[in-house]
Amino acid sequence: MSMIIAPANYMLFGFFPTVIFSFFLPVIGVGLFTYIMARRIAPLVRANPDYRFNNIPERIKNIIVVWLGQIRQPRYMRAGILHIIIFAGFLILSIRSTSLVVIGVFDGFVLPGFDGSLGTVYNFIKDYAATAVLVACIVAAYRRAIIKPARYAVPEKYGHDHTAEAVFVLGIICTLMISESMFEAAAVAYNHRALGEAHFPAFFSLAWVFSKSLKFASLEFLQSLHIIMYYVHDVTFFFFLCFLPLGKHFHVITSIFNVFFMRVKKGNVKPVKYGVSDEELDNLESFGVKKLEDFTWKHMLDFYSCADCGRCSDQCPANAAGRPLSPRFITIKARDLMFKNYPIKSGVIYKSDKLLVEDIYTEDEIWSCTTCGACEQECPLGIEYIDKMVDIRRGMVEEGMVPQSLQKPLKALEKRGNPYGKMEKKRADWVKEKTFAETHTVKDLGKDSADTLYFVDSITSYDDNIQEIARRTSIILEKAGVDFGILGKGEKDSGNEVVRFGEEMLYQELKAQNTEAILESGVKQIVTADPHALNALKKDYTGLPPVKHISEIVAEKIESGELTMRPCKNRDKVYVYHDPCYLGRHNSIYESPRQALDAIAGLTRVELEKSRDRSFCCGGGGLMLFYEPEEETRMGVLRVNMAAEAGANVIVTACPFCLVNIQDAIKVAGKEGEMEALDFTQLIEEHLA
Amino acid sequence: MEILVCVKRVPDTAENEFELNSDGNDLDRDDLVYSVNEWDNYAVEEAIQIVDNLGGSITVVTVGDDEAEEVLRREMAMGANNGVLLSDDAFEGSDGRGLAAILKAEVEKGKYDLILTGAQADEGAGQVGGMLAAMLDYPYASLVNKIEPADGKIKVGREIEGGNQEMNEIELPCVLSIQTGINEPRYVGIRGIRKVASVEIPVKGAGDLGVDAGSVGEAGAKIKRVDYFVPDLGDGAEMLEGSTDEIIEKLIEKLKAKGGL
Repeated sequence: MSMIIAPANYMLFGFFPTVIFSFFLPVIGVGLFTYIMARRIAPLVRANPDYRFNNIPERIKNIIVVWLGQIRQPRYMRAGILHIIIFAGFLILSIRSTSLVVIGVFDGFVLPGFDGSLGTVYNFIKDYAATAVLVACIVAAYRRAIIKPARYAVPEKYGHDHTAEAVFVLGIICTLMISESMFEAAAVAYNHRALGEAHFPAFFSLAWVFSKSLKFASLEFLQSLHIIMYYVHDVTFFFFLCFLPLGKHFHVITSIFNVFFMRVKKGNVKPVKYGVSDEELDNLESFGVKKLEDFTWKHMLDFYSCADCGRCSDQCPANAAGRPLSPRFITIKARDLMFKNYPIKSGVIYKSDKLLVEDIYTEDEIWSCTTCGACEQECPLGIEYIDKMVDIRRGMVEEGMVPQSLQKPLKALEKRGNPYGKMEKKRADWVKEKTFAETHTVKDLGKDSADTLYFVDSITSYDDNIQEIARRTSIILEKAGVDFGILGKGEKDSGNEVVRFGEEMLYQELKAQNTEAILESGVKQIVTADPHALNALKKDYTGLPPVKHISEIVAEKIESGELTMRPCKNRDKVYVYHDPCYLGRHNSIYESPRQALDAIAGLTRVELEKSRDRSFCCGGGGLMLFYEPEEETRMGVLRVNMAAEAGANVIVTACPFCLVNIQDAIKVAGKEGEMEALDFTQLIEEHLA
Repeated sequence: MEILVCVKRVPDTAENEFELNSDGNDLDRDDLVYSVNEWDNYAVEEAIQIVDNLGGSITVVTVGDDEAEEVLRREMAMGANNGVLLSDDAFEGSDGRGLAAILKAEVEKGKYDLILTGAQADEGAGQVGGMLAAMLDYPYASLVNKIEPADGKIKVGREIEGGNQEMNEIELPCVLSIQTGINEPRYVGIRGIRKVASVEIPVKGAGDLGVDAGSVGEAGAKIKRVDYFVPDLGDGAEMLEGSTDEIIEKLIEKLKAKGGL
């Protein structure tokens, strides 16, 4: 009796050496794959530049934590666990798969280093890995086909459903697991039967189950099974390899690269074109992304890397409100256009003839985005959205395609430095309020000097209700012993939304004017109560002294003892803190406001389910307040309902735009009397000892 | 189609707070910001859309001082091909008739199929377009909210009572005054304006146009402003209080008492 004949030595029908298949399948498979990859890379080498080779240590950390560690996956627990199993299984089994290909030509091949005990341990682990992957795939297929979680659904306007593709690939993976295990099991059963060998696969693994069930099969049957399963695996493997770049499973290949190149700084907006300085902007032929080819290579890589998981759209507040924006489909539609312009078969390159917003996107879709960053925070593959929206808006602004409702505030910003069109000389009128002015004066840095600049920004300066935030902030700074002043009429809008809405040159002007005024004042630090201003000054402007949010100052001063808080004046109220997007997600300031609130003894504070980096945008700030979107409900209303569900009756927020949106939403939702909105500065100032 | 659009630089209604000056005879113009008259902007957008469809070119013209040039540049950034500034000390203080006379002189220097003006500007007189047409002996349609070009003639629309629309046919060359809402004007950003910053805009004075200085400007004005004031505040509105039924009763009482019922 002899051992089972391996595929490398087998003779089909007694005369045809199957090793020929073992040789040509990989050659053809790899060859075809290389060609397909070349076609896929073609648009990227022609794309706009993107500087992604900086901050290498940070990027390596992202590979370890986001890619290998799959840290974002458990945010959706069930799907997350399934994916982690499949991903880990793939990594472990990649060694086995590679060996298998070679084994088909050189029987007994073992990867260098895997001959001794490492090999034995690996063989043990791989059997469980394959089993786990199979089980995970079956559960995943059940979820996709039967349970159908909402975020996978494809709204009619976006085309046909994607379930078939998803289940098909799961089927392929199952085939790979089953064929590999069966291949091994057949050999084990054969050799046990023929030679009495007792090397069984890992206990209760898939291969183990197969080998036990094949106990009574004939040697002939086992031999055929062994060979057939090998080639089933081989063909499926190379089919899968070539199939990957054709759809959403391209992410299997691109994920490590996409995560390596993902953004390492948060809150800032990309320049109009990498390599072109602000001074050189006037020389550029065209601003922004008008056609598909205008994207940078990283953005195109993003389009390829989308796994179609829908988590971005599931977290998108605009999507939840029923606006025409779904981040997932921004990516999928662009990906499909790339596939269309660079078809695999013909090798022709088709140039886009239409503008993106006249072809795959609508103008409203692009204006609907509040730049809250929830999508980018959620994506397990590091796909970015904000920079793309900004780039597309830059192109639209240049073409004059700006909604009428936004043209007025933009013109006002140009003429008066604020979106309300109010006069510059009235920017500091909030200090003149009777009760405030009786006991407080605020330094004008045009005439005086001070250590610290309190950058007020437009809404807090001009909106009658929001001016109170400025007064409270001043009182807090005073009591904290901070020597501060304001720029008054020398201050212009920070321009955070101006740049994000694509009006780059207006932003450059505002930035230049503010920077000059700030540097001339000679201040050593900047404080603001407006997270949008915080973000612009800290992340987009350059050459300024350090910028802090008032909540950071308050938390610091409470800790050092310079500020003490009185006990809570409203012990029967239930407070909830809403994380503003530009304080939280974009600037990672989550704890300072909470620490400050918790320093108020007896204040009952609950947490929203969607808090910290999962916070739900109030509706947007800056220019977004002027835009008239098509939506089913207001984002603010959804947020107010969330607060009510959490059992709160006071929403505390640390952003003037959040305050405006939530106050309005309380009225629209009919919850006046049940819910109120308070600014952080109001609550703190009320309780200052 | 060769189109001339007459534009005016006016104090921006949105971005200004209007107060009387200390003399009480005009607005305090110290802190004002200016921009193109809104109606004129709609007219330029309409001209651009017509030329996009039919070919041709657009010239924007204004009567004003050096500062008025910025308005011409903005409209050129939007899409107008040429700009002409009609500027002369003699033109200052012109009434509507004077402005129309100056514009007429410019029109006669060119060959225009269509002349557009805004329905009204900051002073609300709404007269220059009509006067210009009369002086040129061209047909005139006012408050146009729709233009459908055809050969040799065009169709123009106007909104009438009850929200209805009437369409009229008018022969070219003609003068139209354009109503807001005829289209959605495209945005003009700072970048666009910078792109046309160095384009040549010819300046023409009374001599270039062949206009008699005595017939225009303050000298030739037959209408002079005599006063500018904020009217006295009345008592304001009387708010009726009570339940819906009580309010209805009170209202009927008052209407009867004043002879309304």
